Amino acid sequence: MKPDAMTAGAGDERLGAAECAAGSVALRAINLTAGYGARTVLREVSIDVRHGELLAIVGPNGAGKSTLLKILGGALAPWRGTVELEGLPLGGYDRRAIARRLAMVAQENPVAFRFTVLEIVLMGRAPHLGAFHFETRHDLEIARAALERFDLLALAARPIQELSGGERKRVFLARALAQAPRVALLDEPAAFLDLRHVAEIFGRFRELCGERGLAVAATLHDLNAAAMYADRVLLLKDGAAAGYGAPAEVFTADNLRAVYETQVYVGRNPVNGAVMVLPGNPIGARERVA
Amino acid sequence: MSAPARDREPGGVAPGVKARGSAQGTPPIDGLAQAYLTPARVATTLAILAAILIAVAIVAAAFGSVHISLIRAIADRASADHAILFGVRMPRVVLGAIVGAVLAAVGAALQALVRNPLAEGGILGISGGGAFGAIVAMVIFSRLGGADAMVPLCAFGAALLSTLAVYRLALVDGRLEPFTLLLVGVIFNSFWGAAIMLVNSVVNFYFTHSIIFWLMGSFEAPTWREVAMVAVLGGAGCAVLMTRARDLNLLSLGDDEAAELGVEVDALRRTIFAVTSIMIGAAVSVSGIISFVGLIVPHILRVTLGADHRLLIPASILGGAAFTVAADLVARVAIAPAELPVGAITALCGGPFFIYVLRREGRKALAS
Repeated sequence: MKPDAMTAGAGDERLGAAECAAGSVALRAINLTAGYGARTVLREVSIDVRHGELLAIVGPNGAGKSTLLKILGGALAPWRGTVELEGLPLGGYDRRAIARRLAMVAQENPVAFRFTVLEIVLMGRAPHLGAFHFETRHDLEIARAALERFDLLALAARPIQELSGGERKRVFLARALAQAPRVALLDEPAAFLDLRHVAEIFGRFRELCGERGLAVAATLHDLNAAAMYADRVLLLKDGAAAGYGAPAEVFTADNLRAVYETQVYVGRNPVNGAVMVLPGNPIGARERVA
Repeated sequence: MSAPARDREPGGVAPGVKARGSAQGTPPIDGLAQAYLTPARVATTLAILAAILIAVAIVAAAFGSVHISLIRAIADRASADHAILFGVRMPRVVLGAIVGAVLAAVGAALQALVRNPLAEGGILGISGGGAFGAIVAMVIFSRLGGADAMVPLCAFGAALLSTLAVYRLALVDGRLEPFTLLLVGVIFNSFWGAAIMLVNSVVNFYFTHSIIFWLMGSFEAPTWREVAMVAVLGGAGCAVLMTRARDLNLLSLGDDEAAELGVEVDALRRTIFAVTSIMIGAAVSVSGIISFVGLIVPHILRVTLGADHRLLIPASILGGAAFTVAADLVARVAIAPAELPVGAITALCGGPFFIYVLRREGRKALAS
């Protein structure tokens, strides 16, 4: 029997921190190898995404970050290896059962028709609703909370097409939250966002990790954001893991130099003592005199 | 954050709003009833559209090339008025309503499926394929017998093949290219038109009237049996489309995104293709190619009612019926006692409308 039949129901999303015990494994990938056509993009990658934790997936362009995220979400089948969602292989769930546990936000979010922001966020409730059900007050409360958390309430009635790139990104993060997932997979959530909203978004997801034991895996370009907000990082190079662990252990000058093939300077950021990475190659950099 | 949002208690609804909301049973997001679809809005909107349809149908039954008295038609069963109303106009109005409903519902569903407001049975060449199938079946089976059953069956088969071919040819690297889709559809449309003319030039003159009738589209003199066939197939098809309305909403976000929200995208696509082909095949086999209804009606309704397909599809059914009955009324009375093909009326409205939508919405849709 598929787990859907056993655990389906309106109460599903209310499973709180007790069910999602911090530190327990939400999503486990074992020896994933994958690619497109004849091209191998991912080689023997194994990771855990744990409840209450934010895992950052970093690496150069084309290292396989987005591919890994797609496989973790079940959108792409690996050539070899398995993904387990809360102990069961992804293939053992039907799509709706996965959607009640796992939310994904893609890098780009085109929308074909003029849906309002609120309608988009309410779409996150679809896996919890029957085919003929309209959203209930309960669903609206969840959507409102998601809108509020991402600072979007004032935009709720606006067509999605009228929003800026950053606002749009936040709408899709709010939609993912309305899905009431236990795992969130985010592809470049900080892209297109200004400084304030980058900080706020990571702050929101850290809150969610703490409040309800949400497990978050996010691909990131920005190593400093990864160092600042992630509990653990996976560093990918050419589809293989080049480092996996706490940011301070993975982001060493030697590691990063080998992966990014450029000089880097690794220091401490004065705000919270997290690792801080700067390009260390002086060519092209402006001379500064103190 | 907005000023009103700041005034609320953290993490909750403002107390006044909550109390007012629960007292009246209104949704908890104040001032946003228009920002999402409520069952009440569905009911009101559909009631209004149904009233419009009934009014249009009564006017269409009352007027025509011959003046009749509705009272005498109903009171006196032996009168000519009775025969005209129940034998000629009613089947025609009912058929027009059903075909219009089918075409508009199919248009709305196909637009959602290919994420493009310009998709429509006629433009994508599906109606043309259906008409070609119907004509070939008519020519072959008029001698062998069984044309009544084979014409709609072949129309459906050819419509389905045409749909699949257009869809396949528009896939570039596994992704649906909206622009390619429209081009391939338009080319298929003229290809089927040419194929029909080819059949026309090699068959007996006896068939020519029927072939022209299929090319132009008309509700002329249907039998109640034909009306019943379209009603059953079209009604069943509309019911299936309505059950897929929420999935079609999710599909607006993209195939992958819909799948991540629990939609079985491949199964949905197969269902919609099969159902819309049956619906188009049934409509075309009785009334020929009537273009642009499936473009005009869903577009106007989407602009006025919003994008949610749970309202858009039933609204298109009612709106498409009203629009087509009205167009057929114009076709009957415009140059009475002679008659225009209704397909010509819808195409005359639809051509400019297509250009307008292409200029206004198409660029955005094609860009994303």
